[in-house]
This record gives sequence, C-alpha cells and structure tokens, in this order.
Amino acid sequence: MIKTQNVAFSYSVQQNFQFPDIQCPDGQTLLITGNSGTGKTTLLHLLGGLLKPDSGEILINDQNIHQLNTSKQDAFRGSQIGMILQKSFFIEALSVLDNVVLGAWVANGIKPKQKALEILDNLGLKSHTHKLPNQLSIGQQQRVSIARALMNNPSVILADEPTSSLDDENALIVARLLKQLAEEYQSSLIIVTHDQRLKSLFNHQISLI
Amino acid sequence: MIGKIAWKNTWFKPLNTFLSIILLTASVSIISILMLLQKQFEEKFSSSMDNIDLVLGAKGSPLQLILSSVYQIDAPPGNISYPEAELWMNNPMVESAVPLAYGDNYLGYKIVGTNDNYLSHFDLKMSEGVPFSKDFEVVIGANIASNIGLKIGDTFFGTHGDSEEGEVHDHHAYKVVGVLAPSGKVTDQLILSTIESVWHMHDHDHGHHEETAVHHHSEEPHHHEEAVHPHEGKEITAVLLKLRNNMAKMTWQRIVPQNTEMQAASPVLEINRLFSLFGVGISALKYLAYGIMLISGISIFVALYNTLKERKYEFALLRIGGASKFQLLWLVLLESIFLCVIGFIFGIIFGRIGLYFLSVSAQEEFKMAFDPFEFLWKEEGMLFVATVAVGIVAAVIPALKAYSLNISKTLANA
Repeated sequence: MIKTQNVAFSYSVQQNFQFPDIQCPDGQTLLITGNSGTGKTTLLHLLGGLLKPDSGEILINDQNIHQLNTSKQDAFRGSQIGMILQKSFFIEALSVLDNVVLGAWVANGIKPKQKALEILDNLGLKSHTHKLPNQLSIGQQQRVSIARALMNNPSVILADEPTSSLDDENALIVARLLKQLAEEYQSSLIIVTHDQRLKSLFNHQISLI
Repeated sequence: MIGKIAWKNTWFKPLNTFLSIILLTASVSIISILMLLQKQFEEKFSSSMDNIDLVLGAKGSPLQLILSSVYQIDAPPGNISYPEAELWMNNPMVESAVPLAYGDNYLGYKIVGTNDNYLSHFDLKMSEGVPFSKDFEVVIGANIASNIGLKIGDTFFGTHGDSEEGEVHDHHAYKVVGVLAPSGKVTDQLILSTIESVWHMHDHDHGHHEETAVHHHSEEPHHHEEAVHPHEGKEITAVLLKLRNNMAKMTWQRIVPQNTEMQAASPVLEINRLFSLFGVGISALKYLAYGIMLISGISIFVALYNTLKERKYEFALLRIGGASKFQLLWLVLLESIFLCVIGFIFGIIFGRIGLYFLSVSAQEEFKMAFDPFEFLWKEEGMLFVATVAVGIVAAVIPALKAYSLNISKTLANA
C-alpha cells in the first residue's frame, strides 16, 4: 500500500514539480504516464526514497519514508521496496542467482537461495541461475531484475520504463508478468512509462503533464 | 557479504588485479629479502665475534685480517711469527688467546690449526666424539658432517691453499675424532685440528714447495733450532685475544704495530665499518622497493578510479537493494585491501624462495647459509601494516566517491 499527499520537488527554481496525489493498494497496479521532462523518474525516485521531497508526504504501509534517517531508509528500502529500472544493472562479477539474492545478502548476510530459485523458476530462468548476467539476452536480464525486485516480498514495486528497451512481444510479456506477479505477491505495483503499448493493459492510470 | 562481493570483483578484472599484485609482490619480496639478509648477516657476524676483543695478525688491511680470522671469508693478510705472538698471548692482561694457523682445506672447507682454547672460547659443544688432542686428529663442524657425510673414524687428505683444486697433501691423513654441535656460526663450516698438525703437514712438503707451512711465508722455517725454542721460526696466521682490561683494547691497537711486525685489529670496529658500507647499498635497494610499492599503490588507485564510472550503476544497484553508504565505502576499500594482502602473502613467499636460492649460492661461495624460514614478526608485521596502508590510501578517493554517489542522478542519467 502506497499513498502520497501534496508531494512537491524542485531541482532548481525553473525546474519544479508538483505531483498529483497517488494511491495504490496491495495487489493493484498503477500506471503513470507522461512525456519526457514531466518528472516521471523524479516521482519514482521520490517514492523509492532516493530523493527527498521539498514538501508533502509519502506513506508506505503508513510509514512516512522521509521521516526515517538515512540508514533506516536504506534498510526500509531493502525490505519494503523493489525497484525495476529502465536498464538492467548487475554486479557483473556475481552470478544471476547471487544478483537476485543481493538485497537480503547485503542487508543481513543470508542468501535466501531457495526462494530465489522459486522466483527464477517462476520467471522461466531456472537454467540460467549460474551464468553471469552479461551472458543473458536483454529480455532475460530484465526478468532477472524483476526477480530481484520481488525477492523481499516488497510492499511496493516501482518500475521505471520496464519495457522501453524491449520489442513488442517481450514488452507485453513483461507487462503481463509484472501485473500477475503484483497480484500473486500482493504488492502495490507502480509503473512509470511513456510506452504507449502498455496503456491498454492497465485500468488505473495517471498522466503527468 | 560485502567481503564476498569485493572478492569476486577483485577477480572479475584479472588483468588489473594481476598488475597490482605483481607490483606489490615484487616490492614486498625485495623488502623482506633485504630485511632477512641484513638481520641474519649481522647476526652471523655479531655472534661470531663474541668474546673476541682484538685479533693479532700480519700488517695489512685490518678488515681483511678480521674477515679471514674471525669469519673465514677472505684470505689472511700474511703470517706472523709464533714466538713473537706468544709474548703477547702470555701477557697478564690477556684472559684467553686462541692461535690460528691456516694452510689447507678439504673440499673447500678450511682446516684450521688451533688449540683447545678455540672450543671453549666459542663455547662449542661436541655432538659426537671427543675434541682433537693428537696431531692429525680433527673435529669437524656440523654442516660438514651433514653436507659431505664425513663421520667419526673417517680419514681424508687436506688440499693445499684455500681452493678445492690445490695440491693434495697425501703424506698425512687427517682423522675425524669429533663432530661439533650446530652453532649457527662459521664454526659449522670449519675443520679444527692442532697447530702442530698444520706445521707437520707443511714441513713435509718443503721438498716440493717454495710456498710453505702457512701462506706467503717470508722466510724458511728453522726447524733445526727447535732445541733453543720449541716454536722458533714457526709461523701462524692470527691470534684471537680476549683481554681483561678495556684500556688495553684501545692501547694495544696502537702499541702492537708500533713495536712489532704485527697489527691488532678490533672486530667490532671493522665490522661496524663493513655494515655501514653495505648498509648504504641495502638502504638504496629498500628505497627502490618502497618506490615499487608506491607505484603499485598508484596502479591500484588508477584501476579503482577508472572503473568507478562503469561501476556507479553497480553501486546504485546495491543502494537500491538496501546497502548503506558505508557498505559501499567498505566495498571499495576491501577490494584494495584484498589486493594488498594477496600481494603481501605472495611477496613473503617469493621472498623466501629468493632467499633460499641466494642461500644456496652463498653457501657454495662463502660457506654462509641463510635461513629462509625465519620470520621477523616485528619488521614483517610493520611491512604488512605498510602494505595495507598503501591499499587504504590508494582506495580512499574512489571509496569516498562511491560513498557520496548520488543514486537518483546516476539512475536518471543511465
């Protein structure tokens, strides 16, 4: 469950954003669309606690994330938020499996391997678990990123242009997968995108201007 | 887990890692070899001159006299007359005196004519057998026993001079009666017998040699006059003296050459002079090695700094996954520290291997062995700290950059 109220942010006097209020219950998907420069990524970073809003509140499970100090915020992000980025990033020296368990591994030193294997299996990546990330195709890499975002049963999944680098077929597959996984894992899924192909798939949409 | 990620990252760029490790290994191994060499060299030199205040010997280079008589390294500067030396040996200020007569070797190991004072003077224990008492009986050093397998009851012929290829004295055979316990000193490499053995060995040779008893004789020995003085005309190489009086140690160095054909040299003085000479060389090599270490530090810095740009997404990813800023700092520092620790370990190992080969050749040439398995906990501990410090300093700037990375900006510009 994620909710925002009167969130505003400015990079400079000329470049400031006033965002509409957002609400997304568990298991639901909210699509945020808008052209470049309308602050989609900025909003996503605010929701993920990577940026601090000038005013307003962001509540995840009723916790105002910007009231936490930096280290608690890091821990909160690790346990409650899963992020899927426009490009797939990896620790290139680590295997696919290790990249997926990274969050839990960094946070408390344990590798929940079994769970990672289940998720990877669910995403059709079972045979790739011990490869290095750069040995996978872009579509597969994107699915590994999704697996990583799901690892901690996050309350909120934030996806930044998850389909923009994929072809039509893969874009639809990934979008459906995300939607289905949000329901399955009971997470609030927020997708920011300018990808017109997704608009027909999601009921809840907000457009930034 | 940060440690494991750092470890994997270290090996993910093997070329960079390899370069840094090679440089570190080179500098650490050079420094550790030098430290071991210097320590063991000085130890060997200092322990051998325990109990020796002055050395009486022929005039010439005092350093040569000390090296030849105390360390058996150089050739002696010449011979001295035994009756003349005896006057000084019997002086009341002398606590103990050990005469030395050189002349022969066996397979490169020096045969030294002396008396039983030698054993007590150097505090030598027998591991087997008894000390020499009669002519042509010898006691051998521990290394000789183990290296060429001589044992009690064996006999052998000495070779004239100090090289293996000299003329063999096949008239008298030496007989091994005892083996010394290992002492770590030059005595491990010596064959000890009575002075008379050396004299007799060479008396017999007079027919064939113009070179006699002991090296570079100035005059023919007068063995017909033995009735007048038992040692008249006999020569020896040097006398090691221990004196009762500190004043005498100083004054004899002046009085002896003024009144006789001999000199009295102080081992402490000469060896300090020698140490300070090669100390300069060792320092120069050490500076060189520290220079290499500095370069390896720079190479680590460049490698870390260069990869920062491509790795910032990796850092952002870790932060998104819940890693704290401090964990990123630690990750970069650890990668550098890993390199340094690996370089240090390899350096210590290669240093030992290097010293082993050095020891083998030093033993062939100078009969001087070094122990490659000695660890200088303090000095090498300091070296370890210095190596890790190089790693930390090299990584500080890249680590701080990772620490202060703006994740939002990094991801937005991706």
